[in-house]
Amino acid sequence: MSNVPADLKYAKSHEWLKAAADGTALIGISDYAQNSLGDITFIQLPKVGAVLQAGETFGVVESVKAASDVYAPVAGTVLEVNKVLEANPEKVNGAPYTDGWMLKLKLTNPADAAALLSAGDYGKLIE
Amino acid sequence: MSALQTTPLNGFHRRHGGRMVDFAGWDMPVQYKSILDEHKAVRTRAGMFDVSHMGEADVKGPEALKFLQHLVTNDCSKLFPGRILYTVMCYPHGGVVDDLLVYLRGADDYFLCINAGNITKDIAWMQEQAKGFNCTVTDRSADYGQLAIQGPKAIEIVQTLTKSALIGIKYYHFADGEVAGVKCLISRTGYTGEDGVELYCAAGDTERLAEAVLAAGTPLGLELTGLGARDSLRLEAGFPLYGHEITDQINPIAAGLGWVVKFDKGLFIGSDVLRSEKEKGPAKKIVFFKTGDRRIVRAGSAVLNAAGQEVGSVVSGTLSPMLNEAIGSALVSAQSAADSLQVDIRGTKLNLQLVKPPFVPLKKS
Repeated sequence: MSNVPADLKYAKSHEWLKAAADGTALIGISDYAQNSLGDITFIQLPKVGAVLQAGETFGVVESVKAASDVYAPVAGTVLEVNKVLEANPEKVNGAPYTDGWMLKLKLTNPADAAALLSAGDYGKLIE
Repeated sequence: MSALQTTPLNGFHRRHGGRMVDFAGWDMPVQYKSILDEHKAVRTRAGMFDVSHMGEADVKGPEALKFLQHLVTNDCSKLFPGRILYTVMCYPHGGVVDDLLVYLRGADDYFLCINAGNITKDIAWMQEQAKGFNCTVTDRSADYGQLAIQGPKAIEIVQTLTKSALIGIKYYHFADGEVAGVKCLISRTGYTGEDGVELYCAAGDTERLAEAVLAAGTPLGLELTGLGARDSLRLEAGFPLYGHEITDQINPIAAGLGWVVKFDKGLFIGSDVLRSEKEKGPAKKIVFFKTGDRRIVRAGSAVLNAAGQEVGSVVSGTLSPMLNEAIGSALVSAQSAADSLQVDIRGTKLNLQLVKPPFVPLKKS
């Protein structure tokens, strides 16, 4: 069974988003996604300052099996990327919702996050 | 779509958390927990692989040796009872039908191990070629289960379950014996570059044997290991995989397997073409590489020369869990093999550093 924390929002493409009160959000991939990919060997992330549209590819997650695109769940500007993942991409396998975060975004429109899936709806999607 | 074939350990894999995938028509575990961890377990301790999907065949009769000398490229006359030979068998044009192990059990009595995905093709090919020889080729694939126990602790683990003195069975030798009360052909071989054994047993005994090895091995660090680790281990060791480094279009000379092609034994299927290939040099050849980068260079990727022209393609690629960088093999034009070669991964150019495998020091006996 996959872990789906109740306090996060989710995209159908298996990214999670944790919104903060200041209009920023952390983004990563779900436990279900990391488990489906298997051992993650390389993660390519955007540059700080990159402007992403909702649904736009922001990087690539490579596992032993395949390379998969990852998508911005909402529009925003990249404030920070998780540099630790360059040398330790396996942190996404071990802790997808904490140490394995990928991006910190400044949301173009903070209200966009509300339109994403709730934990309950995402849990149903991956059943 | 036809139903997947299963080994006698299908229930065992599911019970132990194997992630099952379609491998060449077989329902097999690609991993149990982590391909990278399973790989490291085999390099540092031990792993147990279900290789029951591999095919087996008997070749028996007064002309069995004469037939095998015609069929395969290596020299089977060098075998004695208890000795194993690695070889390939080729088409007349030199392309490879399959690679295989040849075991000599006794006079006129040979046992072959062939690749799972090639069983039907190989048996048909061998039976066709055996016409005119006084011998029989019999498919025994369904009769056998096979476990590979590999790693520096493998011998110690299996020794706790058998009265056979395993250190007395040298690399590429075998003996009949009992392991955990199960009659086995104990083969000091493997596909990982580590020390270890491959145990052939009656299909119906496989699960009992697997449970016994797992119970004996767990305290010594043995892990269940799937086909994902099997592939990265063999590539790190520089062993060819049928369909990648050897195919019906890649002959053994091009694949760097000239050492299993013995022209002095007399004519065999493909010998004329292979002799000429060896004398003039192959037009294309297999090279092994590493990149110094973690991005996996996947099979099918184009290999470019310094001028950006395509000179070949990648045939195997993975992340070496021991080196922590991408490794692989490619089929490239022979004249380009000395050039600086590159691949382009999503817009990033990476230089291929050519390596003579193995990529890591191996401990096999």
